[in-house]
Amino acid sequence: MDISVFLQHCLTGISLGGAYALIAIGYTMVYGILRLINFAHGDIFMMAGYFMIFAIASFPWYIAIPIVLIATVILGVLIERIAYKPLRNAPRMSIMISAIGVSYLLQNLATYLFTALPRGYPSIPLLKTIFQIGPLSASLVTLITPVITLVLVYILILLINHSKAGMAMRAVSKDFETAQLMGIKINQIISITFAVGSLLAAVGSILYFTDRMTVFPFSGALPGLKCFVAAVLGGIGSIPGAMVGGFILGLGETALVAMGYSTFSDAFTFVLLILMLLIKPTGLFGEKVTDKV
Amino acid sequence: MMKMSKRTKYILSIALAVAVVLLLAYMDANKSEYSYAIAILQRSAIYAIVAVAMNLLTGFTGLFSLGQAGFMAIGAYTVAILTIPVESRPSVYYINGIADALSNASLPLWGALILGGLFSALLGGLIGIPVLRLKSDYLAIATLGFSEIIRAVIAAPQLDRITNGSYGLKSIPNFGSVYDVFVIAFLCILVMILIINSSYGRAFKAIREDEVAAEAMGINLFKHKGMAFIISCFFTGVSGGLLAVFMRSIDSKTFQVMLTYDILLIVVLGGLGSITGSVIGSFLITAAREWLRFFDNPLVIAGFQVPLFRSGFRMVIFSLVLMAIVLYYRKGIMGSKEFSWDGLYRFIYKLFSKLRRKTPGKEANHHE
Repeated sequence: MDISVFLQHCLTGISLGGAYALIAIGYTMVYGILRLINFAHGDIFMMAGYFMIFAIASFPWYIAIPIVLIATVILGVLIERIAYKPLRNAPRMSIMISAIGVSYLLQNLATYLFTALPRGYPSIPLLKTIFQIGPLSASLVTLITPVITLVLVYILILLINHSKAGMAMRAVSKDFETAQLMGIKINQIISITFAVGSLLAAVGSILYFTDRMTVFPFSGALPGLKCFVAAVLGGIGSIPGAMVGGFILGLGETALVAMGYSTFSDAFTFVLLILMLLIKPTGLFGEKVTDKV
Repeated sequence: MMKMSKRTKYILSIALAVAVVLLLAYMDANKSEYSYAIAILQRSAIYAIVAVAMNLLTGFTGLFSLGQAGFMAIGAYTVAILTIPVESRPSVYYINGIADALSNASLPLWGALILGGLFSALLGGLIGIPVLRLKSDYLAIATLGFSEIIRAVIAAPQLDRITNGSYGLKSIPNFGSVYDVFVIAFLCILVMILIINSSYGRAFKAIREDEVAAEAMGINLFKHKGMAFIISCFFTGVSGGLLAVFMRSIDSKTFQVMLTYDILLIVVLGGLGSITGSVIGSFLITAAREWLRFFDNPLVIAGFQVPLFRSGFRMVIFSLVLMAIVLYYRKGIMGSKEFSWDGLYRFIYKLFSKLRRKTPGKEANHHE
């Protein structure tokens, strides 16, 4: 393979990985706090895609993007309040079923409101500017995705390590009940977690769909699952882990597509999951957690 | 309140069975009139098998698998490939031809169903065994992913000569008689009931209640979880095979994640941990899907078109029902109880006494 072709694929892979990383962080944070696989996260990401289509129809892009971010955050927090909060003391199975119910509802709602046909995703001219670096050509979105991802993760880690809310978040994820006894308002902290997760998913959706160009009601399902796998790869509960997992998946998938096995690029993710669970179940950066009786 | 004697219950059960058979016979005799109703009942019976299989895993063992659609696809394709008549195969595989090894391989329906179940159990074992060694949370995601992989693999151009790729398989021969589905469904559910009532079943329930305590009691967690998962996969595969025969033509799009969610809705509505609940749920939901079709059509009342009513509205209502059950009525129809004549009697008795209390006039009459 030509070196420039190889570099071109690397660039695509890193860019895809960046979008995955942003979504994976939402999974890892929610799992870290509630021990819940938030099946609806992929669909929140899909809804963010639709929000963009409608926002751009009536606003210029620099106003549309904040609107999309805010709307997605509201959706995420609303879902938590309506579907997960009443089940705080229910068995874990119930809350998982509730998450699936939300995912089912969002997909059906999107089919009902926007029909099952793919809709064109608006292309923001600035993001689509093509850059030519030697033999490589890439649009701006491909180049800035990994940068945005790294910057956002850095800010997030700073917030979690140094802000008061971040400290509370870490406490809640360590021990739910003790944190509550220490006076932490857990409902508020959980809402913040969902807000941050949804915000990152919205950023990820803008970066992801600008490259894909269409949105349909099920376009969140598979990326959602993959990003959960990315979170498990990196060690569930670890934010740098989710980022690394996202990049690994993005690169691996692009490599398979480049080699002509595009049918199996989705399968690759789950093979990777099973291998990881066999070899190192705690993930690359995960801590060993012992179950308490 | 008086209790029913054992004999009464026995007679009632036989009467119910005879009534069901007579009803089916009547429908079969007037096929032209009732073909739609028969189709709904057959689909319900097929869903009942998957629902009970899912309940065996989720309701009785406490493991959560979301791979139903994928395992059904394996069963369906096995049955379809082996039962399509040899002479019509060239017309089914008219684009790429059929693989040489398969061109003459055929089995009767029952053999194909068992083989389909075994394949699905085998693949279930391959995916489940590594995952079940760990926390069972991952089982949901691994099986959900697996079911998507199965769909991708079935539609892959590399397998065109086996699965006919994205063109799907058609001209699958129909059931010999109307009763076939019901008999097979009855047998499958019976076997699962026997398993649940055996010592293995008690071990499953112990695992569901408390893994650590169950292990302390000497239950081999990994062995029993694996067993529950593989049994569930087997019956899911069988029901997938039945679905293929019922639908007569299948392709990879038949087995989307939505199918799994439908089954989940049935199980949750019927009650996690209740076999009769799952059976009732599958008949109820499948019938309701048909009844509620009017939600998908524009509705005009007195020249005014009611908004909301258009394609897709039915599924929105379905998902809202699922959410409502999970949030407000977590036990479902049956909770974790099973249907019994005593239970039905108590239910009717309570209903009547409530009615009587609500209408004091009637009660006065009663005392005269």
